[in-house]
Amino acid sequence: MNPDSGIPQNLPDDTPVDLAGAFRDSRIQEVLDQLDRELIGLKPVKTRIREIAALLLVDRLRKGLGLTSGAPSLHMSFTGNSGTGKTTVAMRMAEILHRLGYVRKGHLVAVTRDDLVGQYIGHTAPKTREVLKKAMGGVLFIDEAYYLYRAENERDYGQETIEILLQVMENQREDLVVILAGYKDRMEEFFRSNPGMSSRIAHHLDFPDYSPQELLSIAKLMLERQQYYFSAQAEKAFQDYILRRMQMPHFANARSMRNALDRARLRQANRLFARNQAKLTKNDLVTIEAEDILASRVFKEGLPDDKAAVRQGAIK
Amino acid sequence: MRITQGTFSFLPDFSDSEISAQVEYCLKNNWAVSVEFTDDPHPRNTYWEMWGMPMFDMKDAAGIMHEINQCRKAYPNHYVRVNGFDSTRGWETVRLSFIVNRPKHEPGFQVLREEGPGRRIRYTLHSYATEKPKGERYKD
Repeated sequence: MNPDSGIPQNLPDDTPVDLAGAFRDSRIQEVLDQLDRELIGLKPVKTRIREIAALLLVDRLRKGLGLTSGAPSLHMSFTGNSGTGKTTVAMRMAEILHRLGYVRKGHLVAVTRDDLVGQYIGHTAPKTREVLKKAMGGVLFIDEAYYLYRAENERDYGQETIEILLQVMENQREDLVVILAGYKDRMEEFFRSNPGMSSRIAHHLDFPDYSPQELLSIAKLMLERQQYYFSAQAEKAFQDYILRRMQMPHFANARSMRNALDRARLRQANRLFARNQAKLTKNDLVTIEAEDILASRVFKEGLPDDKAAVRQGAIK
Repeated sequence: MRITQGTFSFLPDFSDSEISAQVEYCLKNNWAVSVEFTDDPHPRNTYWEMWGMPMFDMKDAAGIMHEINQCRKAYPNHYVRVNGFDSTRGWETVRLSFIVNRPKHEPGFQVLREEGPGRRIRYTLHSYATEKPKGERYKD
């Protein structure tokens, strides 16, 4: 360490350390609280984020005392079914790492295979580097990362992207954090065929599916944000809806909830329009009634709405 | 003869962290940063070669430092400069431009005098380096 950097070299072992003060100063609790408030469930994920925050904070204190603190590797992989909040958590992660001073800017660059892999020889490297340059100082989020590697085609340009990524992940750890995301089984396969990638990722976070109760809380939170409310019957109907929808194909956790609510709002608007003579109050505008939810095809035909629409189109 | 062109040219050469801080300043002002190089440092030569495209949408200096270092590695004996371009309406010009790499030996310029009508003298500059063809200047 630089002797004139102002950092004390040899402090006695009993030098007091103000962990609580450092914790307060980093205002990390705010972000963690926000995470607790706005993300329902996801216990293992929240625990891990807390651990990472603690590690970085302790590291910073160590640095202040002139102890070695090698930048820990914070590349992560997020695995879980669709709609379990991987992107949302990644966005939060960028903010947390920024507050802890691990990344300098704290922005999130979300990309997929298309943004990284080129279309002809010599196209891939500059394209990947361009994306990496933009992500420097922040977090690079690669959604459905397993598409980067195509086992059936050994001349696929994705391999080149992986090699550049590996190099940057190793050599420029202090410049950016890479988060790979995707379905659990396919990500595991991806790591099996790319052991180099697997060993450079320190944190494997698994996003569990939500329970029906959690899904209801999520739905209510979403409604609240849009300034709508369930009537008491509507809430019961929606509970029933969740249980039925979960059994059906293409269930995408929170995303399915959002879609269901969007359609419920549509039906609510239609219902209000249908009785155009009656007097409306503000209460009518913000309340979702049971009939808005029970009109769903999930109840009538036992099919998710979007699928039923496709089938109907085919019959016509 | 040490060439003094652009901003900071009368200061000692910048260290990497100082360059990085200047780039950071450009990014803070939303200027697009570009890297250029040349082996013809005549003060009126405004057209230096571009090292890749100007870099828009960058958030951090690390990516730009990478390009600067790549350019310095490829042309260790050329002049390399960093420009900050402001695209704001009304400005639309380079706001900051400074040299980040220069050849070890800079032969400098000769003053040329030309006799004009009525014994008038016109002056111009001639760079000793450009006596050699492009690519062979600043070899040592």
